[in-house]
Amino acid sequence: MSRRPQLHDVHDERGADFTDFGGWDMPVEFDGIRTEHEAVRERAGRFDVSHMGQIEVSGPDAAELCARLTTRDVAATGPGAVRYAAITDEDGVMLDDTMVTVLPEGADADLLFVPNAGHDAEMHDRWVAHRDEWDLDATVENDTEEYAMFAVQGPDAEALVADVAGEEAASLDFLAARYADVAGARCLVSRTGYTGEDGFELVLPGEAAADVWAAFDCQPCGLGARDTLRLEAGFLLSGQDFHPEELPRTPLEAGIDFAVDLEHDFVGVDAIREQAAAGVDQRFVGLVLEERGVPRNGYPIETPDGEEVGLVTSGTMSPTLEEPIGLGYVDVVHGAPGTEVAVVVRGQPKKARIEALPFVE
Amino acid sequence: MDFEVPDDCRYLESHEWVRVEEGVATVGISDFAQDELGDIVFVELPEVGDRVETGDAFGVIESIKAVSDLYAPVSGEVVDRNETLFDEPELVNESPFDDGWLLAVDLDDEGELDDLLDADEYAAQIE
Repeated sequence: MSRRPQLHDVHDERGADFTDFGGWDMPVEFDGIRTEHEAVRERAGRFDVSHMGQIEVSGPDAAELCARLTTRDVAATGPGAVRYAAITDEDGVMLDDTMVTVLPEGADADLLFVPNAGHDAEMHDRWVAHRDEWDLDATVENDTEEYAMFAVQGPDAEALVADVAGEEAASLDFLAARYADVAGARCLVSRTGYTGEDGFELVLPGEAAADVWAAFDCQPCGLGARDTLRLEAGFLLSGQDFHPEELPRTPLEAGIDFAVDLEHDFVGVDAIREQAAAGVDQRFVGLVLEERGVPRNGYPIETPDGEEVGLVTSGTMSPTLEEPIGLGYVDVVHGAPGTEVAVVVRGQPKKARIEALPFVE
Repeated sequence: MDFEVPDDCRYLESHEWVRVEEGVATVGISDFAQDELGDIVFVELPEVGDRVETGDAFGVIESIKAVSDLYAPVSGEVVDRNETLFDEPELVNESPFDDGWLLAVDLDDEGELDDLLDADEYAAQIE
């Protein structure tokens, strides 16, 4: 039995198509991926992302526990900060990526981190096991089922948030969070997102989901548009652009060096320091197909001479650029923007070039 | 949702249609199929002069979210293909039974059509 967001029936009545994602039955499309994608790039869209995990960590050692299990010490940034980080194993391989929020004053917990769909139980257990092993004083709660999470993204998001959550929430800096009342419910509002547009994410009590969702008067969007938007922004998708068993990658290989603080100690830091000194063999890149076709997960990347030098991990026809774009890993010598390569589409090499990320600013 | 299922076509269970006029079969995908696929962005078709065989994959159609094989409802030689789709694949979404046609095939055997679903049978399948 798959898990369902609180508003499953509301989305169904609105005409959504659903798909299984990370064990959740989620809306994939309301009015078409292109329509929803364009709404977010030009105006605003709202996403129900209640499949994202919600793990709250509290207590005297909450900050230390989170710092030692993620690639940066977010708690040191201070209350109201939100930062992206990776969760790595002893070998520096990414198990998942996450946003960590240092909860503002007056919260019931100290830190909140948001693992990807289907990873919530695993990450909860990982935190508990390490807390016990390190004998730290912290409580770890998996509140994924209690909370709903929405994203409001696009150039009009600020005005929408100002209307329903107030000016203080709407004037948040990028990567900052505060509490605000929306439709009578206390929501954690962050200036964050996964689309490459300005926008906000809200974590709220599940029982308030219908009222908060209805408060935002903009295009409802499904996971299909969420994927094309994040692809244009060059953001990683956990489980597809990296996977601990099927596609083990370190944060340096995945190109998120900015989210790794090698000065602090965390599980996997030794391996990552070693790799930082030696350099990576392959690196995460963007690519654009110059012939007809669409790059897709699993397609090989070759040199123009036919030597295999990498792998596509995500791809689509970019709705904004109207060009076929992809993300993947290539040997660093072939990774510079402008390098001519080929993507093998059903056995046929198609001309492509490496492109700097993000595809869309 | 109501999908168009023209009476003058025959259908494969995999949602391709065929319409025969003077021994030439025009092939496409159904209204239901284009809706399931969503925004279509790429079509790969055989060359004129190639042969297609009933039930075999003859090409590929891709929407933003998925890649699907196209199956031939009939056997014969390809006598035309809709190259407009290479620049405007969205025609398959907009007009699946007319402007969004895929191939024209010189039929080997018109008797093959009897093995396909008629409009009522296909409409029942997608209900």
